[in-house]
Amino acid sequence: MSTLLEPFDYGFFRHAILVATLAGALCGLIGVYVVLRGMSYIGHGLSHAIFGGAVASYVVGVNVIVGAGVWAFVSALMINKVARRRTIGADAAIGTITTASFAVGLILVSTYRSFVVNFDALLFGNVLGVTQADVWLVAGVGMFAGVVVFLGYRQLLFSTFDPEVAEVSGVNTGRADMLLAITLAAILASTMNVLGVTLIAAVLVIPPVTARLLTDSFSRMLWISVGVGTVCGFAGVYLSYYLDWASGPAVVVTAAAVFAVAYVVSSFRRRLPAAAADAHVG
Amino acid sequence: MNDLISLEKVTYRYGREPVLVNVDLSISPGQFVGIVGPSGSGKTTLLKAIAGTLDPIAGRVVRQPDLAVGYVPQVETVNWYFPIMVREAVLMSRVNGRLVPWPSKADLREAERVLERLGLEGLGGRHIRELSGGQQQRVFIARAMLRNPKLLLLDEPTSGVDVRTRHDVMHVIHELHHEGLAVVLTTHDLNGIAAHLPRLVCLNREVIATGRPGEVITPEVLERTYGAPLEVLSHGGMPVVVEHYPETIEPSIEEAPARAKVVPLREGHHEHPA
Repeated sequence: MSTLLEPFDYGFFRHAILVATLAGALCGLIGVYVVLRGMSYIGHGLSHAIFGGAVASYVVGVNVIVGAGVWAFVSALMINKVARRRTIGADAAIGTITTASFAVGLILVSTYRSFVVNFDALLFGNVLGVTQADVWLVAGVGMFAGVVVFLGYRQLLFSTFDPEVAEVSGVNTGRADMLLAITLAAILASTMNVLGVTLIAAVLVIPPVTARLLTDSFSRMLWISVGVGTVCGFAGVYLSYYLDWASGPAVVVTAAAVFAVAYVVSSFRRRLPAAAADAHVG
Repeated sequence: MNDLISLEKVTYRYGREPVLVNVDLSISPGQFVGIVGPSGSGKTTLLKAIAGTLDPIAGRVVRQPDLAVGYVPQVETVNWYFPIMVREAVLMSRVNGRLVPWPSKADLREAERVLERLGLEGLGGRHIRELSGGQQQRVFIARAMLRNPKLLLLDEPTSGVDVRTRHDVMHVIHELHHEGLAVVLTTHDLNGIAAHLPRLVCLNREVIATGRPGEVITPEVLERTYGAPLEVLSHGGMPVVVEHYPETIEPSIEEAPARAKVVPLREGHHEHPA
C-alpha cells in the first residue's frame, strides 16, 4: 500500500495529479460541445495555436498562460470570421490560422535562442513544471467552465443541436459561441503545462466520443465524458510516475485504452438486441 | 393592428445576391398559408424573415409585441446522430426563465401533455433516430408547440416522406390550425399539399401571386413562378398540376414486354412477409 501511495509523498506529484485530474474533467466537459459541434479539428488547431501565443508572450514579457489564452481566443474568433465567408471552409480556416500561429511560435523559438524556459514541456506536457499556482489557476478555470455550462446548459445545448431554431426561440447563439470559445481557450491555456499542446486535442475528443458510444442522452453524455476525463487524467499521471513517461502521452494512452474498451462494450450491446430479434423471428 | 406579422416591401440578400425583393405579406391570427416556389426562390428565407432571425436591407417588418413563434426545421437538416432523447429535444424550447439545467416539474408535465397530444406518449425516453418519419416530424412540432406559439412556421414538413407519413403530418398540422394556431409552411408539393391549403403565396424572389389555390394555381402564375410550362387540370373542383417532360422515356428492349401485373390480395392473409 505504501508503494502505491509513494508518489503522493512528493509535492510536485500531488500538484501534477490534481491539475491532470481537473484538466481531464474540464476537457471532458467542454469536449462534449467541441465534438458535437463538429469542431474536433478546432480543438486540435487551437491547441497548436496557443504554442505560438505562449512563446510570443514569453518574448514580450507577458504571463505565458494569459498570453496563450488570449491568443487562443483571438484565433478562435478569427477562425469563426474566416469560416463565415462561405468560399473558405471551416477546416481550411482552422488549418491556415492555427498552423500559421504554431509556425510563429517555432520561428520565435529558433530566433530567440536564449530561452530559460523549456518549450518541449509545453509541447508534450511535463509534471515537473506544475506549481501550486497552476493548481489554483486550473481550479479557477474549472469553476468558470462549470458556471458557464451550468447556467448556460439549455442555451448551449440548443445552439449546439439546432442553431437556427435556437435563434428563433430566443437563444443568443452568437453569445453562446463566444462563451464557448472563451471557455475553450481558458481550458487549453491553463492545462497545456501538464497535457502538452500537441496532445490536449486528444484529451478534448476521446472522453466525449467514449461517452457517446455508451449513451444516447445528452445529459448522460456530459456526465460520462467528465467522468472518463477525470479518471484518465488521474490514471495517466499516476502511471507516468511508474513508467517514466511524459504526462501528456500517458493521459492520452489511458484515454485511448478506455475508448477501446467502450468501443468493444458498445459493439456487444448493439449486437445483443439484434441477436435477440433474430432469435425471436427464427 | 390585427395582423400577427406584416412584411412591407422587404428585401433580403446574402452577400451581393438579393434573395427576396420587395415582398409584401401579412399573417393574421388563425390563418393557414402555404409558400410555394422552386428551389432557391427564397422560401426558407421568407420563413426566417417571418421568424425574425433576419434583418431586411430594405422595407420593414411589423410584428405583434411578444409574438411567440414556433419553428419546425426541415428534417433533412437534423443531425440524427446527436445524442438526444425525445423528451430532451422537446424540452429544448423551455430555454429561458430557469437558471438550473434540469427541467421543472411543470415543464416536464407540459412536455408529456404535448407529446401525448401529438400521439408520442411513451416515447420520451427514446432516441430521436429510433422513431418513424412521421413521429420524428411530430417531435419537432411538439418542440415548437412547447413555446405556446401563436404562429407555427414549418419548413417543408413533408419533404422526403411517403404518402402515409405526409397524411399523418398534415393531419396533425390541420388539427393545430383548427385549435386557432396560425400556420405558415413551405412546400414543393403542389398537388399533395398546396392545393389543399386555404391560401398560397407563389414566390420566386418576389411574390408572384397570392390567393386561394383555385386562383393562383394557374398555368400563367406557375410558369412565372417556376419558369417552366405546367398544365393545370381540374379534379373535383381542385386544381391538379401536370408536369410534361420534353421527351418520353421509352422502355429498354429487356423491359419492353413488361405489362402491368397486380399481385392479387390473398383472402384472409394480412400478415407481413417474414
